[in-house]
Amino acid sequence: MNTFPETHYLNAPEKGIKSWLTTLDHKRIGVMYLWAVIFFFLFGGALAMIMRSELFFPGADFMTANFYNKLFTLHGAVMVFLFIIPAIPAGLGNFFLPIMIGAKDVAFPRLNLASWYVYLAGALIAVLSILLGGFDTGWTFYTPYSTSTDSAVISVVLGAFIMGFSSILTGINFIVTIHKLRAPGIHWFSMPLFIWGLYATAIIQVAATPVLAITLVLLILERTLGIGIFDPAMGGDPVLYQHFFWFYSHPAVYVMILPGMGIISELITSFSRKKIFGYKAVAYSSLGIAFISFLVWGHHMYTSTQSVLASTIFSVLTFLVGIPSGIKIFNWLATLYKGSIRFTSPMLYAFSFLILFSIGGLTGIFLGSMGTDVHLHDTYFIVAHFHFTMMGGTVIAFLGGLHYWWPKMFGRMFNEKLAQILAVLIFIGFILTFVPQFINGLHGMPRRYFMYVEQYTFNNQLSTIGAFILGFSLFTAFANLFVAIWKGKPVGDNPWGVLGLEWKTTSPPDPHNFSVTPEITHGPYDYDKVLAKPTLDL
Amino acid sequence: MENKGNFFLPGQGSTVAPDVDALFLFIGLASLIIFAIVVFGLIYFGFKYRARSKEVVLTPDISHNTTLELIWTIIPTILVLIVFVWGFKTFLTLNVVPKDAIEIKVTGKKWFWTFDYSDGYTSVNEIVVPVNTPIKLLMSSEDVIHSFYVPNFRVKMDVVPNRYSVTWFEAVEPGDYNLFCTEYCGTGHSEMIGNVKVLAKNDFATWQSQVGNDADSDMPLEELGEKIYKEKACFTCHTLDGSRLVGPSLKGTFGKTEKLTDGTEVLVDENYIRRSLLDPGAQIVESYPPVMPTYQGLLSDRDLDGIIAYIKTLKQ
Repeated sequence: MNTFPETHYLNAPEKGIKSWLTTLDHKRIGVMYLWAVIFFFLFGGALAMIMRSELFFPGADFMTANFYNKLFTLHGAVMVFLFIIPAIPAGLGNFFLPIMIGAKDVAFPRLNLASWYVYLAGALIAVLSILLGGFDTGWTFYTPYSTSTDSAVISVVLGAFIMGFSSILTGINFIVTIHKLRAPGIHWFSMPLFIWGLYATAIIQVAATPVLAITLVLLILERTLGIGIFDPAMGGDPVLYQHFFWFYSHPAVYVMILPGMGIISELITSFSRKKIFGYKAVAYSSLGIAFISFLVWGHHMYTSTQSVLASTIFSVLTFLVGIPSGIKIFNWLATLYKGSIRFTSPMLYAFSFLILFSIGGLTGIFLGSMGTDVHLHDTYFIVAHFHFTMMGGTVIAFLGGLHYWWPKMFGRMFNEKLAQILAVLIFIGFILTFVPQFINGLHGMPRRYFMYVEQYTFNNQLSTIGAFILGFSLFTAFANLFVAIWKGKPVGDNPWGVLGLEWKTTSPPDPHNFSVTPEITHGPYDYDKVLAKPTLDL
Repeated sequence: MENKGNFFLPGQGSTVAPDVDALFLFIGLASLIIFAIVVFGLIYFGFKYRARSKEVVLTPDISHNTTLELIWTIIPTILVLIVFVWGFKTFLTLNVVPKDAIEIKVTGKKWFWTFDYSDGYTSVNEIVVPVNTPIKLLMSSEDVIHSFYVPNFRVKMDVVPNRYSVTWFEAVEPGDYNLFCTEYCGTGHSEMIGNVKVLAKNDFATWQSQVGNDADSDMPLEELGEKIYKEKACFTCHTLDGSRLVGPSLKGTFGKTEKLTDGTEVLVDENYIRRSLLDPGAQIVESYPPVMPTYQGLLSDRDLDGIIAYIKTLKQ
């Protein structure tokens, strides 16, 4: 029978709300991030449920076009800026990065807390725009629509601008921490791959976010002072905005997926008890993706009047950035070979990720190829594609990571049987929601349509039914996790029986991560040499 | 339309559609094979190497296999390069307008399409073209960005304010095809749907001569008004059943006194309707957005008379 440690970060050095709001402990900051992102995820998900209900029938059912336009805009903006960008790096990353490299904290703990407050301030300002009547530009804020609509654009753009700083600060903090605070014995190539994912992510955050910030400031200046930058009526160029926007937002999709890929590397090795196949290939491919990701933004603009030459260059670079992602998939698959595979709930999420992300990646080929993209651009095919990569990829990885590390974070076990059933249900609900959207997209149904032509009805109805299965299972999965914090039984140091350094400390961890400086005797994936016994009978 | 399309793609209505679809088929098959390998690997390894007991075991150290890694790097690279070149060639076909193409000017506006033909005729939301003839579209927008998309033709191009964009198609079969706006443009975005009417060559010639002769001249005014209501897509914003869309319903509106945004009141009479069509921003009914575009130059005096006569018939 496992016992719960007496002193841990949740009760020491102090308890109480004030000690949390002023904490410099990366673990508490990570947990505070998690509460915020999970709240916004459920909020954004609820918006999606309302939209899918409206789309069950082709015509207008229970809302106006303007309301629907505000709904999908808010759904996108909340999911992208408030949830998915901070979710893994700022939530799970904050908590586990220092522990996994044997450090006591991140390099700049005060900056870390500041970045949480900056994030929260930005999020609140963005959400405030709902009270100002909402905004209806789509999360991409394309000009000249965004500079001419009379909805509350400035507040949400300002919110995104402020949240960008939070992202930059977290990125800088992580880069310095990884460079400077690794425990003796942890080299660049003996770091866990999750850390490599976070490192590549941080580089993009620091290098790309300022461009978004500048773009958003220009947008605000144009709206408030009437300076013509993007609006043709004032002598600006609307397509310039698209270049600026995607220069940030394409690398940003790798901010979303790279940490998720890092989690998958941890899950696959842990639950096949197997050394990762091609460590360096996986690590370098993260960096490779990060660098090439800066040079592919124009593939969002094949039909934007961008020149054919520019499109051609962007297209070939786009295909090159796809290769490292493909290599990762094959590496994970090869890792399973001759392993000792346990289908725990995190592993089910990892399998789910491999299938869904493969579909997301392969459907991306249709979009990278110019001839086929012309037909698919701005249709539901795009909607389905990025949900497969962002939700089937990142969100599924996030869920896998949450189930994997939750016992470590809170020292208590959730209902594992239920978690397994829900992982399967989420997979089924996901497929049912988004595969029909691929079909509708191929048949030409444009995105951001409040009403649609009758021929698209059947697939929309399938999609709505899937969305409700998905929404219900996701909500229950989070409930299962939260109930565990109060009701779960203590898990011991290493419930899954795996080798990562984070499993060497108590669950929940000591306020200083390790009560004694950890001695590094093996790498995180040395399953050929070291046996780790699970402290929990699963 | 004979060619109804299949489970995956809509019918092929243009000369480029078969080229585009061939590439779809190639990418689809290659992706399917790769996807099958991944799924098969997951199922096979997942079953074969499942942990059979709770005992913790050591597993072999397999961290490299140069041959294997080269294979799964090089083969996908070759495949995507083929796709790239193929996609590039198709894209060129989609972009290079044949020399003998007939030019039609397309204007996107919240929330309808206007087509100007070289002979001076203008149509709204319906573009009429002859079959087997390349058509060049010279497009621009009067407000925000729209996008011209005909799924059956596999053709799409953004319609941008302050510059021209160009696309072209050559329809291969007479029929009616949906034209969607695919760049989000606000309230009426999902109703900015036009029709591409492809006519056989002799039907097109007949249509042209009718347009020239103004075939509507002997049509009763009410019927003409109803026809214009449909043709110019007034229904996008104005219903006939009293329900509210972007603009007020036309049902029972004639003879009503309406409160305007500036606080004054106006009687909806012939002059108010005429002014609302030609200078829509001047007198906006309270609680409605000032978004209606002007129809100055798009409607003749007889057309205006027709619309007024038609609205008079729409009693409570």
